[in-house]
Amino acid sequence: MIEKALQGSKGYWTWIACLLAVIAIGGMFYVQQWNYGLGVTGMSRDVSWGLYISQFTFLVGVAAGGLMLVLPYYLHNYKEFGRITILGEFMAIAAIIMCLMFIIADLGQPMRALNVLLYPTPQSMLFWDMVVLNGYLALNLVCGWAILHSEYKGVKYANWVKPFIYLSIPWAISIHTVTAFLYAGLPGRDYWLTAILAPRFLASAFAAGPALLLIIALIIERNTLFRVGQVAKDKLVTIISYAAIINFFFLACEFFSAYYSQYPSKMYTKDYLFFGLEKDGNIFNNLVPYMQASVVIGVIGIAMIFYARSRKSDILLGISCALIFLSLWIDKGLGMVLGGFVPNPMGQVTQYYPSIQELGITAAVWATGFLVVTLLYKVAISVKLEKEL
Amino acid sequence: MKKDRRDFLKLAGCAAVAGVGSSTAFHSLLRGEAEAAGLKRAGTKKDKSGTRLGMVIDIQKFIDNRDLAQRCIRVCHQIHNVPDFGNPKDEIKWLWTDRFEHVFVKDTHYRQAQHLQGMPVLSLCNHCDNPPCVRACPTKATFKKDDGVVGMDYHRCIGCRFCMAACPYGARSFNWRDPRGMDEHGRSFISEINPEYPARTMGVVEKCNFCTERLAVGKIPACVEEAAAAEAMFFGDLNDPDSEVSRVLREKFTIQRRPSLGTYPSVFYII
Repeated sequence: MIEKALQGSKGYWTWIACLLAVIAIGGMFYVQQWNYGLGVTGMSRDVSWGLYISQFTFLVGVAAGGLMLVLPYYLHNYKEFGRITILGEFMAIAAIIMCLMFIIADLGQPMRALNVLLYPTPQSMLFWDMVVLNGYLALNLVCGWAILHSEYKGVKYANWVKPFIYLSIPWAISIHTVTAFLYAGLPGRDYWLTAILAPRFLASAFAAGPALLLIIALIIERNTLFRVGQVAKDKLVTIISYAAIINFFFLACEFFSAYYSQYPSKMYTKDYLFFGLEKDGNIFNNLVPYMQASVVIGVIGIAMIFYARSRKSDILLGISCALIFLSLWIDKGLGMVLGGFVPNPMGQVTQYYPSIQELGITAAVWATGFLVVTLLYKVAISVKLEKEL
Repeated sequence: MKKDRRDFLKLAGCAAVAGVGSSTAFHSLLRGEAEAAGLKRAGTKKDKSGTRLGMVIDIQKFIDNRDLAQRCIRVCHQIHNVPDFGNPKDEIKWLWTDRFEHVFVKDTHYRQAQHLQGMPVLSLCNHCDNPPCVRACPTKATFKKDDGVVGMDYHRCIGCRFCMAACPYGARSFNWRDPRGMDEHGRSFISEINPEYPARTMGVVEKCNFCTERLAVGKIPACVEEAAAAEAMFFGDLNDPDSEVSRVLREKFTIQRRPSLGTYPSVFYII
């Protein structure tokens, strides 16, 4: 089955070569980071997590987002998703691999990473995050591959796979809940210390994950004979738009609590992210344009996705999904983690800017994810087309 | 009929998985280390038995002795091989001074006593009785000792910096680069290595350890020793009613940093 990934058009190989080039450049930057230390990044004593951990957090959401295809198909027997469920499972695999790479890239002592297993510490949410992320990776590898292989053989998947499929459904919820708990259980970090963080993570994940999947599926449609199906597309639009709207509703709830209560420490980070924070005569607002854009882009995306569905326009559908994805990426892949460190425990502000090395390594991890998705989707689409044509 | 049975089995399966998973997780949370970190007793009365080392810092004495704080910092950083990178981004500090209004963050306090504004106040790890950093650490590289000191194992730390996010006092520093290296002018970051205490490698977190290595040989923390003549710092067992710190805490009005967070800091300040 894997041989399907080795036969492709010129465009396919060009794409692979581009991804490998980005990975190679990022690899060189990582060597630099390895030798010099994490000091090559823009992180500091005050902003001690940066782009790596924020990407990790966002991508856990993308992985969990695959649930929105798996759940309707397996739990509600929604047949229309039969053709794309495998894409959800394979996207989860790529996203989790990226998550693990970002964690390793962020560790000061990556060679000691296995200490998390050697000295298991159940009180630490990071320990549980390791458990659920690796478990979810294994579940999706097992389910995705077993199901596709049976399709390849032209038979129904074996019964032993079923318990794993059902297990993967609550497990998907758990990965993003535990990731939210990394943040939501820290006293003194008021932006993160909110009970709605996990629900908000899930809402944005259930929009961002399927949105990315739909974009990729539309690209595949343009280049192959694979078809998602209009009914499945319409259903995905419903899922994405509801999840995105719920995410913005949760954001509004956060704003209400902070600004109606006038509770100072609940307002500081939101000021910093969305309006600019004034401290001793200086205005700190380096993330304001992004965060404001995130809200505007998100609202436009939601409006446009309904219009795209009514017009049955794939182009508009793709653009609106891209807007929603971008909006959620800025919100969670940028502002959520970075904002939590402002102001610092002394009430002071340090603004963070990623370094070239950091950006290069981040791009390389994303490229690795795209490479994994490309290879897995190539196999999946080839198998499906072979059986159908 | 057949469909009903399938639906039921699905539901039962999910419920079983969720039930087993959550109860196992819950029980392991309640066992062993969870107790040490204070999870189990959160919200209950703090345990008064056993040793709980703590410190009292008299801010007025530091006003009277202007260079005392810097002397304390110097001796601390010297004996613990704390590097000086010469820039705030890479900065590592165990003991440091910050302005009064930063150490005791004021959100709305209006017309606070003039002499307190901008006054340098010594800050360090609070060796909390209920430390969020210990809860966060995924490898027990930071842990609470029987005497109440929050310690660090630099050889186990993986450098995830979860503890830095968890600490509400900014007491933790990360080795963003090799502390045993030197800058482009050939100046070593550690001017003179003290062989009595380990220097760190890059990529690990460090912080004040209440001079646990000195306590082990019957000495008091170096900063307290430096401040002894001025009677500016007091150290001892908070749970022992006859200790010097207990006496000072009984007699003077003291405050803690951010007490509302439930961390139970073991460092107190006389204003």
